[in-house]
Amino acid sequence: MSWAGKILRVNLTAGTVKSEPLNMEWAQAYLGSRGLGSKYLTSEVDPKVDPLSPDNKIIWATGPLTGTMASTGGRYTVITKSPLTGAIACSNSGGYWGAEFKMAGWDMVIFEGKSPKPVYLYVNDDVAELRDASHLWGKSVWETEETLKKSLQDPLTRVSSIGKAGESGVLYAAVVNDLHRAAGRSGVGTVMGSKNLKAIAVRGTKGVGNIRDPKAFMKAIAEKKKILAENGVTGQGLPAYGTQVLMNVINEVGALPTRNHQDVQFEGAKDISAEAMATPRKTDGKKQLVTNQACFGCTIACGRISKMDQNHFTVATKPQYWGASGGLEYEAAWALGAANGVNDLEALQYATMICNEEGIDPISFGATIGAVMELYEMGVLTKEQVGIEARFGSAQALAFLVEETVNGRGFGKEIGQGSKRLTAKYGHPDLSMSSKGQEFPAYDGRGIQGIGLAYATSNRGGCHLRGYTIASEVLGIPVKTDPLEHEGKPELVKAFQDATAAFDSSGLCVFTTFAWGLADLAPQVSAACGEQFTTEELEKIGERIWNMEREFNNAAGFTAKDDSLPKRLLTEAAKTGPAKGKVNMLPQMLPKYYAARGWDPEGRPTPETRARLGL
Amino acid sequence: MQKVLHINADKCTGCLQCEMACSFENYGTYATAKSRIKVFDFHHTGKKVPYTCTQCDEAWCLHACPVEAITVDKETGAKVVNETTCVGCKVCTIACPFGTINYVADTGKVQKCDLCGGEPACAEACPTGAITFIDANWTGLGKMAQWADKLGNQPSAA
Repeated sequence: MSWAGKILRVNLTAGTVKSEPLNMEWAQAYLGSRGLGSKYLTSEVDPKVDPLSPDNKIIWATGPLTGTMASTGGRYTVITKSPLTGAIACSNSGGYWGAEFKMAGWDMVIFEGKSPKPVYLYVNDDVAELRDASHLWGKSVWETEETLKKSLQDPLTRVSSIGKAGESGVLYAAVVNDLHRAAGRSGVGTVMGSKNLKAIAVRGTKGVGNIRDPKAFMKAIAEKKKILAENGVTGQGLPAYGTQVLMNVINEVGALPTRNHQDVQFEGAKDISAEAMATPRKTDGKKQLVTNQACFGCTIACGRISKMDQNHFTVATKPQYWGASGGLEYEAAWALGAANGVNDLEALQYATMICNEEGIDPISFGATIGAVMELYEMGVLTKEQVGIEARFGSAQALAFLVEETVNGRGFGKEIGQGSKRLTAKYGHPDLSMSSKGQEFPAYDGRGIQGIGLAYATSNRGGCHLRGYTIASEVLGIPVKTDPLEHEGKPELVKAFQDATAAFDSSGLCVFTTFAWGLADLAPQVSAACGEQFTTEELEKIGERIWNMEREFNNAAGFTAKDDSLPKRLLTEAAKTGPAKGKVNMLPQMLPKYYAARGWDPEGRPTPETRARLGL
Repeated sequence: MQKVLHINADKCTGCLQCEMACSFENYGTYATAKSRIKVFDFHHTGKKVPYTCTQCDEAWCLHACPVEAITVDKETGAKVVNETTCVGCKVCTIACPFGTINYVADTGKVQKCDLCGGEPACAEACPTGAITFIDANWTGLGKMAQWADKLGNQPSAA
């Protein structure tokens, strides 16, 4: 067991909240969180639905290990059809909300329809009800959390909510919980806002108690925690430097996309790196980094808590930003920094705080700014249009445009549509560095071949978290492969994608995979849920989930043509570094990937593959 | 040797493994809401601080109890609630200056840290050493060692 066995179904149109038993057959086949939530979504929603219509649904799902003592057991996933990509969206978050919801006795909540007025869902163990949120509408994530905790007179309440960006239709609005943990990508917050749903406030006191074999579980999780503690990445690198440990590494590899992927190395990388965060500033003698922080149950603790220089131009007159707050993670530091040529660490921290406060994805936002700056330098966009001089490297433009975007003001409205729509509108669709309409994260597909294939085939559009081949191609985990070599990458990408789908569905964090394989996950899931969850079974579940997501996208209208990369990565060779002269070899890799997956040349799972996976 | 829980908040990451371990030890479920140790997250400073009963020698809760439901465990020094005797009057929760004894509506009794009979689950679960179980007479030993190191291992001036 270890599933709660119950789900909430909320009809926002009718204003009803009902309890349903969890479909245990599906739980066995799709595990939980990402996989199980996606099974519900794909079974209940027409793939061709308009993502922002009441007919779309949105699901918050925990996994069987969420809310347990297994390391990193605090994750939840938000699943819906994405308004940014039109593909399936599933965005994963840490913090404390997921565990609190599970401890209230629920595996997931499904929202249907659209509320006639702003509401929030209040859950206190068995009590679950929709409440008026008109007093919260227009408020930031931070104000929403504070207001709810005060009005409920319960500081232990956990909140998952949207800020102004989700209300105003920024297409990459995030769902944020615990102030600065986000289900960040693909616009899950936009769908939440389109339904007039502001927040889910939860207090769970029941706990998670139905572990199949508690003794075996406690033994297994203790052994696996030890592996995390003794591993160089999860035991030392991540707690000390966070994900930002990668900035200088990826720059040296020659795969740090710079100025909208025009370059693959950034001369300012060291200024925006983990090392810079931990070095006393010249201005006030203090370090930006205050401390690291864990999510629920996490024994890695990679999170960053930072404090800004109070005299920096972005906050000099805004004391509300002087306290400690969620700090720069690698993807955000890259998107707000290298992608725009900005090397002002304080400006990046300011922008990341605004992203958290009002709920937007810093990757899609930063990458869109990169496209705007390129169009500006080409003379396609002007100062009058953008509202500021938007040259590469301008921290002023970054700070101004993040405010305009989250508030839906001026040119910010167009930035909020993402780079695909914006570059198409101004006649340069090739300048959107995205796949399926979602912007790439912080690795260049020319310098790291496998990640290019992972971007092109990701079921939620450009993304590093569906198949993090960087682990193998750069860090040598579990085995080192040559980042410049494309042979063997189709099989590598498939293996990473399937394993990640299983980890994401367990309720644990994918960062454990720096130290663990599926063979480390299996004894934990097996002790908690059932003997049948062997390493092989988890691998099969992961592959089943991947194919289910793919079939939803195919039915939504995606074809093999959408498994693509921008021309820049396929035809403009990298200019410097180890990858100098290289383009991404997607045309060579893609057919082999389809073959490895058991798909036909159009990228559709064959009848044999479907039968093998029980689809 | 009598031992006490010792808390070094600088090492706390806020993972709540201690809270889960406490509830699992006492209730067989992972329920942070039932934990007798709580971690407080002061997000404006970034500080996470675990807090629980310090097992006062002259315990206010013990003296306040009208039915003598709180007694001293002679081996561990812990002040322990006898659930069968406790009548749920909550006077101890008012008497305790630190807030570390609390009423549990589900059982109609109060609960507090009892040091798990001498093997505190929270200390065992803490991954960073923020919570340790050490010699009650030498809680300052770690700090003394730090200062001794600073003083004794300095290059001499001459």
